[in-house]
Amino acid sequence: MPVITYRDALNQALREEMQRDDRVFLMGEEVAVYQGAYKVSKGLLQEFGEMRVVDTPITELGFAGVGVGAAMVGLRPVIEFMTWNFALLAIDQVVNSAAKMLYMSGGQYNMPMVFRGPNGAALQLSAQHSQAWESWLAHIPGLKVVTPGTPYDAKGLLKSAIRDDNPVIMLEGEMLYNTKGDVPDDQEVLVPIGKAELKREGEHASIITHGKMVLTAMQVADQLAKQGITIDVVDLRTIRPMDIDAITSSVRKTNRAVVLEEGWELCGVGAQVVDYIQRECFDDLDAPVVRVHQADVPMPYAKNLERAAKPDAAKAIAAVKKVMYLE
Amino acid sequence: MATKVVMEALSPTMEEGRLVKWLKNEGDQVKNGETLAEVETDKAIMELVARGDGVLRKRLLPENETAPVGQLIAVIAAADENIDALVAGAGGAAAAPAAASPAPADVVANASESAGASSVPRTAAPAQGEASTPPQEKTVTAPTASAGGQRPVPSAPAPEAGNGGRTRSSPLARRLASESGLDLQAVQGSGPGGRIIKRDVEAAVAAGPVARAGSPGQAGAGARAAGQDSRDVPLTQIRKTIARRLSESIGPIPTFYLTAELDMERVAEMRAAMAGLGDEFKVSFNDIVLKAVATALAQHPEVNAHWLGDKIRYFNRVHLGMAVAIEDGLITPVIFDADRKRMSEISREARELAKRARDRKLKPDEYTGSTFSVSNLGMFGIDQFTAIINPPEVGILAIGALEDKPVVVDGQLVHRKRMRVTMSCDHRVVDGALGARFLQTLRRLIENPLMLVY
Repeated sequence: MPVITYRDALNQALREEMQRDDRVFLMGEEVAVYQGAYKVSKGLLQEFGEMRVVDTPITELGFAGVGVGAAMVGLRPVIEFMTWNFALLAIDQVVNSAAKMLYMSGGQYNMPMVFRGPNGAALQLSAQHSQAWESWLAHIPGLKVVTPGTPYDAKGLLKSAIRDDNPVIMLEGEMLYNTKGDVPDDQEVLVPIGKAELKREGEHASIITHGKMVLTAMQVADQLAKQGITIDVVDLRTIRPMDIDAITSSVRKTNRAVVLEEGWELCGVGAQVVDYIQRECFDDLDAPVVRVHQADVPMPYAKNLERAAKPDAAKAIAAVKKVMYLE
Repeated sequence: MATKVVMEALSPTMEEGRLVKWLKNEGDQVKNGETLAEVETDKAIMELVARGDGVLRKRLLPENETAPVGQLIAVIAAADENIDALVAGAGGAAAAPAAASPAPADVVANASESAGASSVPRTAAPAQGEASTPPQEKTVTAPTASAGGQRPVPSAPAPEAGNGGRTRSSPLARRLASESGLDLQAVQGSGPGGRIIKRDVEAAVAAGPVARAGSPGQAGAGARAAGQDSRDVPLTQIRKTIARRLSESIGPIPTFYLTAELDMERVAEMRAAMAGLGDEFKVSFNDIVLKAVATALAQHPEVNAHWLGDKIRYFNRVHLGMAVAIEDGLITPVIFDADRKRMSEISREARELAKRARDRKLKPDEYTGSTFSVSNLGMFGIDQFTAIINPPEVGILAIGALEDKPVVVDGQLVHRKRMRVTMSCDHRVVDGALGARFLQTLRRLIENPLMLVY
């Protein structure tokens, strides 16, 4: 099976879906001539032309709105934000237009569009460019929010997102673009939206996570395995709608849960996961659920402070040991 | 979260303990499982261990003073944690008369736990289960202690300082306990703040039926009875009537006594001959008697039994209790499987157990689980005496002194070495003829000691 990067997996998804359906087009800053700020759209301008691979001015609110209008008249736009930090400027179109259109039009207008781009912290990009937005976006009825952590899921979820008739938010990771993984080339890769995956199976505790933190959780599983501790790694893959069954079936088995995410604690994705656990698995819990997340501060620029603020494998291991009463 | 250190029941029958020595000072950092103090129980000096991490903030019981089981004797907490309320509560508990007959939930928990055969740090409990002592016998002894009425009867948990009398437990622990019929009040929690978690419930379930809700004592014992080492026989009506009427007549254990004078000439000859072979073959008269009693018991399981209130448990294995006088009392260490041990093994084991008993170093599983006992006062020149049965056993053999006596043998007056033994029998189980047949067998073995090597 070919091993490709997350970046190439996204590129394959875009190309395949644009070949499959000529209503699909890509729009955003530097997506065409420059081939994408992160080279996700490499070669697409050459293959599909400037009507379907569209460079925009630096106007997030504007091109997001153009995308909403295009979707209303039956096209299937993919709007790329250079990062989700810049998408704050476009949030009115995302939340008030895209998310509400089907509802407020009484079902007259579908909104078959994708907003995608890198999310969360990279390295030393400081407070304004290191933010994880999934809890904000997942809060909104009318949106779907997917957070692939591997090349396979990136390809499969982007293809599913493009085919979905609802606005789908796709949160990628700047630090994920160069990661590699198996992606078959002899079959169509489609990952269903709303379906989590048990990425690692164990018996002593569950880590429930998504996005970039999936890689961290896998490292945690490897390190703990050397100490004789085996854990479930539940990759949510989709934050909204959330796969509650995947969470509860794991926690019912292990009786202990750690929820790991990139974002902040208060009202974070983990808070919702813990709520599902306490509601559905109350009698199965042997320990309070522990959350691992970014420190409750704007991301520091200084390398040492940034490291201290970010969730990492060591913090997650400590959390697993805590729910197992080992420390 | 503060951890209360209470006087724990470190032996199955312990009601109070004397604090011999504190091994940690106030202000010392302590870890869960670390030894805090040495405590003298009614049987031995045992280690009291910490049940939580933190700083030993306050010692509430001075050395050499005694506290009833369940009394708060120290507090472990974070260095800066306010423990005033806890300490204040301790004063009240100590002063309360209820302390002598403990009722609070904590007390019940501790007592039940040690009755469940784990008396030392709970982390060591699984290891004990794997020790050479057959686990079944250990679980069998536990409920019988309550049959004797020594275990505090669980009652409504009294409020206590600190957690408002509530037993902390994880939801999973509560569910597991309820599924296995376990009373959580009888489980000690190892989680933060004493929270009962899954592993505590699993350990309690594994430890046996003592903590089972609604089946304290005999019923619980019955559940565990079906093993290869013993068989339970339900009481017949006549047995019940005999038991009731005889108990009314004489007290809880209707005892009668059978005395026999055994000829010890051949035992003496054998012993002298063995000693002549070298020091390593030297055995005492007592060793030979122990071997003979064990052998006789193996042939008479009807006296090798426990009275369990609603049934009689007959043992296929012989675990011989051996009363040993110690400085201020008496203890009965056990030679397990005595009938299967060679004379040399019995001799060595008896010597070691007696020494450890006098040094008060016996562990609870070394003095519980006997199926029959022997008490020897011969060395004090006592001709014969009656020993008190160690319940739930149904018999004990009192050994008198070895004496040269004139006796008539084949019409001739000769002097022979003689020894009187008196068997105390629980008439609810052992009738006169049964006891007599056992003594017949014993006489045959003692007077023909070569049979002991067969």
